[in-house]
Amino acid sequence: MFTRRHLLRTAAAGSVMTASAALLPAWARSANAGNTGIFESRGTAFDLTIGHSAVNIAGHTGHAITLNGTLPGPLIRFREGEKVTLKVNNTLDEDTSIHWHGLLVPFHMDGVPGISFPGIKPKSSFTYEFAVPQSGTYWYHSHSGLQEQQGHYAPLIIDPADADPVQADREYVLVLSDWSFEHPHKVYARLKKDAAVYNFQQRTVGDFVRDARDNGLGPTLSDRASWGAMRMSPTDISDVTAAAYTYLINGHATEDNWTAIFNSGERIRLRIINASAMTIFNFRIPGLPMTVVAADGLHVQPVETDEFQIGVAETYDVLVTPTRARAFALVAESMERSGQVVATLAPETGLVATAPLLREPPVLTHRDMGMDMSSMDHGSMAGMDHGSMAGMDHGSMTISDPVAQTHDHRMGVGVDNVAMVRVSRIDEPGLGLESVPHRALSYSQLRSLVSNPDTRAPGREMEIHLTGNMERYMWSFDGVKLSEITSPIIFHEGERLRVTLVNDTMMTHPIHLHGMFFDLVVDNTDHKPRKHTVIVKPAERLSFDVTADHVGDWAFHCHLLFHMHAGMMQVVSVLPRGASDIADTGHTADAPAPAQPSEERAQPYVQVDKQHEGHRR
Amino acid sequence: MNRTHYLAAFLVLSLGMAGYAKAQDAPIPGSQAEAYWDKDAFKASQDALKEEHGGGSTLFLLADRFEYQTNEGLPALFLGGQGWWGTDENRLWIKSEIDYDLDAGRFEDAEIQTLWSRPIARYFDVQAGLRHDFKPGPSRTYAVLGVQGLAPYWFEVDGAVFLSEKGDLSGRLEAEYEFRLTQRLILQPRAELNLAAQDVPELETGAGISTAEAGLRLRYEIDRQFAPYVGVNWKTSAGETADYIRARGDDTESLSFVTGIRLWF
Repeated sequence: MFTRRHLLRTAAAGSVMTASAALLPAWARSANAGNTGIFESRGTAFDLTIGHSAVNIAGHTGHAITLNGTLPGPLIRFREGEKVTLKVNNTLDEDTSIHWHGLLVPFHMDGVPGISFPGIKPKSSFTYEFAVPQSGTYWYHSHSGLQEQQGHYAPLIIDPADADPVQADREYVLVLSDWSFEHPHKVYARLKKDAAVYNFQQRTVGDFVRDARDNGLGPTLSDRASWGAMRMSPTDISDVTAAAYTYLINGHATEDNWTAIFNSGERIRLRIINASAMTIFNFRIPGLPMTVVAADGLHVQPVETDEFQIGVAETYDVLVTPTRARAFALVAESMERSGQVVATLAPETGLVATAPLLREPPVLTHRDMGMDMSSMDHGSMAGMDHGSMAGMDHGSMTISDPVAQTHDHRMGVGVDNVAMVRVSRIDEPGLGLESVPHRALSYSQLRSLVSNPDTRAPGREMEIHLTGNMERYMWSFDGVKLSEITSPIIFHEGERLRVTLVNDTMMTHPIHLHGMFFDLVVDNTDHKPRKHTVIVKPAERLSFDVTADHVGDWAFHCHLLFHMHAGMMQVVSVLPRGASDIADTGHTADAPAPAQPSEERAQPYVQVDKQHEGHRR
Repeated sequence: MNRTHYLAAFLVLSLGMAGYAKAQDAPIPGSQAEAYWDKDAFKASQDALKEEHGGGSTLFLLADRFEYQTNEGLPALFLGGQGWWGTDENRLWIKSEIDYDLDAGRFEDAEIQTLWSRPIARYFDVQAGLRHDFKPGPSRTYAVLGVQGLAPYWFEVDGAVFLSEKGDLSGRLEAEYEFRLTQRLILQPRAELNLAAQDVPELETGAGISTAEAGLRLRYEIDRQFAPYVGVNWKTSAGETADYIRARGDDTESLSFVTGIRLWF
């Protein structure tokens, strides 16, 4: 079996292992524990046991829920198109599950209790079986309770059926994660009682004095007044920070100095997975440019950069070619910059890369609040009435125009803000990276390596708002928590839709749609980057086109675990052809017919979904 | 009934049955997985899914002011706290203030409120329930209706009206603010105003503003949940309430130094 093979290899390597390294699967080990970056061990049958384990994190013992006893769990690697069997044995006394993040599995194998299956009961086992038509870097994790925060996550690699267009001399998997010694239920409860409980970067009286000295008393007072009037904080960036978290690369904290080795001039593929519960990272290797070759598992046209923001659940594959025999730092800094984790990329073991200092924490602006009227070009608002939308070609929509609009989603107590001005921020690299003195990746730089499989114009547009109330720690879509929904979001088999996400909150949300890749609308290209998870920045308006080709019910949620736990989740029901007239209650008269192939449609059109008609501009 | 009627009835019935059958066959959005698994087990997991994604309950207990006071040299212990249990939508909310005179060895004030709290606005809850005062004077029970929340510019406010079993109406307004001197050192001014609609001699309360209180507390959050503090607290009585107090020979004003801890769970 796969695990045993790992153990044998390690034993053969005869390396000196620390107690914690001994508990790790080969792929996650440091170079000094035998990981030289070549670990192709594919299988088609896997046994996974979920149980309680004591884990060593930065020298302290914590309690984890693990896969096969390690944090992170074992790497699952198989070949595209192969049928795999994954037997999961639950030794816990609570339900568990495994969701194959980004994999196009049949929906009843997707692993979300209450949506795709009933879950895996205590002391029982469950066998997943599927073959998927895709390759790349993915991961898998629990979709039950808050187990994901407790260590129930691991990488998954699918090798292409044909030759991989990305060739490298070595490859390493970097699983980024956040570990808390506090039980996640306690962390969540604390947020519920005091949403700023982990924020130790709040503005103080001292900051006020300094700003008044630098900018004048009047402007400083007016700035404080505008934030105060909204009861919002410009430092509210990450709900959980280094005050609770130890950040990890492959289960190693900075002090463990996880090391990857290389020979000078070698091309190294790094498969970077953000398996955090709540932490969006900025990833960089100071002094070493990275060429991004895949995003969320799928190949993109190579683009060179120096830093990128990686949302929870996103994956990036990058190539690096260090030509100097020195130690490089692999740095994952949390977005709010309260902490980071640093590992080493070096020509030999025993070196410790110099960890950079944490950079100045970013601060939100009125633009993030959706209040920045200065960016409004009133001219661009002309013709925004709904009537003029009819017959409008998507290609002619300028996505970068700021859009002011009325909102009409539920304005309950769970919605503390509605961004008045929503802008496209797809060409921005993300909070805190706007002004770094080097290149930083933005989504608008990504282009799929191959052309998009479905290039039809969307036949229907749907707008979904990301909503929340920070003080109450309530999170939702369109003001409705999953616990309150009365009907899911309906897609019809075969149709091509445009989904526009509007972030009414001041937080950055990584939004994940199960079961289908969506094409990010970066411009009018047929090489749109295809993703399963997308970061939506504060007050951002972002669109993706998606083809509803996998019938079933799919989870759709914010991948910040506690936002999802608070209710920021919905179900997308892809209904089979012919089912729409009965099941799609509420839209019976106007239910759009399954989309026709594009050549049959003379004129692309926009039809505002009746269910979301309040969102029309 | 002629044949046309029968035919019409038959048609309506069969169309209805066909429609019903079709509705049974059609996939139910959000429940399509039911076809693959045991129906009851799947239904149970659907319920758990909702409960775990926005439907959960939380328990919160806060001892906002748990302090030793020296009231013009006379020592007293004071506890002012509140707590709640429930969901985003419905909470059982408890508030209590207890004042124990260490010198005299007796409770000067002891009240507890049991309220049902519901959010009515983004930052405000409406609260209704009962308040029972064990002290001072003869015990009293009140019906309570109040509003608590976060006002613009970060003022924590709480206002309530009380209607006693004797039909006496009174009210209370409280406001707090926090100056963040550092990430952990916090200066908290606090003000409280008690009002009455009529004289209540048994409780030594006069109509109008009865008492006012202002405090300033400087706390250090060793942990967000545990913060020792020092401060001052000033209390005064006004109008006829002051007359009652003067009549028994006590001061209508007092300034106390306080030292205590603020803690929550």
